[in-house]
Amino acid sequence: MPVGLVVVSHSRPLADAAVHLARGMLPGRELAVEVAAGDVDGGLGTDATAIADAITAADSGDGVVVLMDLGSAVLSAETALELLDDAVRERVVLSPAPLVEGLVGAAVTAAAGAGRDRVAAEALRGLAPKQAHLTGG
Amino acid sequence: MADAVDAAGLTAWVQEFARLVREQRDVLTELDAAIGDADHGANLDRGLTAVVSALDADPAADPAAVLKTVATTLIRTVGGASGPLYGTFFLRASGTLGGGDGAALAAALRAGLDGVAARGKAGPGDKTMLDALAPACDALDEALADGRPLDEALRAAAEAAAGGRDATVPMVARKGRASYLGERSAGHQDPGATSAALMLQAAATALTGRG
Repeated sequence: MPVGLVVVSHSRPLADAAVHLARGMLPGRELAVEVAAGDVDGGLGTDATAIADAITAADSGDGVVVLMDLGSAVLSAETALELLDDAVRERVVLSPAPLVEGLVGAAVTAAAGAGRDRVAAEALRGLAPKQAHLTGG
Repeated sequence: MADAVDAAGLTAWVQEFARLVREQRDVLTELDAAIGDADHGANLDRGLTAVVSALDADPAADPAAVLKTVATTLIRTVGGASGPLYGTFFLRASGTLGGGDGAALAAALRAGLDGVAARGKAGPGDKTMLDALAPACDALDEALADGRPLDEALRAAAEAAAGGRDATVPMVARKGRASYLGERSAGHQDPGATSAALMLQAAATALTGRG
């Protein structure tokens, strides 16, 4: 099974669209992506219990990489770790990568069968192509 | 003598906290409008209302379970940064509460304080809820170490929290949305420290005369 991915965002439409974009890079490939986004009423917000559930759903035993947007999404993702079983928590990486670029990098790498740390590293490198292009580097 | 800090006492504490936040909701929102995104009063009111309903529908039998219910309900319903921060406070307090006396309560509150500091990567003087919580924990520890009864110690803690809240006015915010304002955040009382002071005020009221 590939490494699982979780997308955390204040906005459900934003998270769903990011997943749609990433899946577009991987026609026909299997990818375990779960979304935890928006508050309980469907408004803007994040919910650590929903994030913990999404991590558990995405985890097949080979680890999970969590991508998130900003502000309280980060606090909620960290809080979610406290709600998980110890065994699951040890397999989770919270990625500091930018959400969209990081997700695409992680998705392509996870679908290719790479391990968790490699997937997390690719997520973190997600900004590099854009930076290189726009700065002429 | 019954334990001072039992499930009924802790439930009464959060009920009183909820009542105070409801009463002060507009004040909290106005404070947040000045240096944040004007949702602290409404968010916390929504979360604590859900907490009171959850404890009403399914009363927890032991003290740690009460605090766990408070934590998970706040996490689910508050939204914004105060959800994970208050959630972490009660989660860590729940995990630490090992008895029913004042020392056990003080240790649990201290664990909650440490959890909030770790989660928010904040320290004293950053103009956050920690600026009310930290002096409160210090005052509680000190009063109990002096052998004062729990109700007196909690009143001292509530006074220290209020003093800490007032001391946030001249501070420059270094965390959260308010930090975007930089120097312009000075002159405003921090909404998180204000709600945290209400939490201690509620403890002094609801847990008084129980032990």
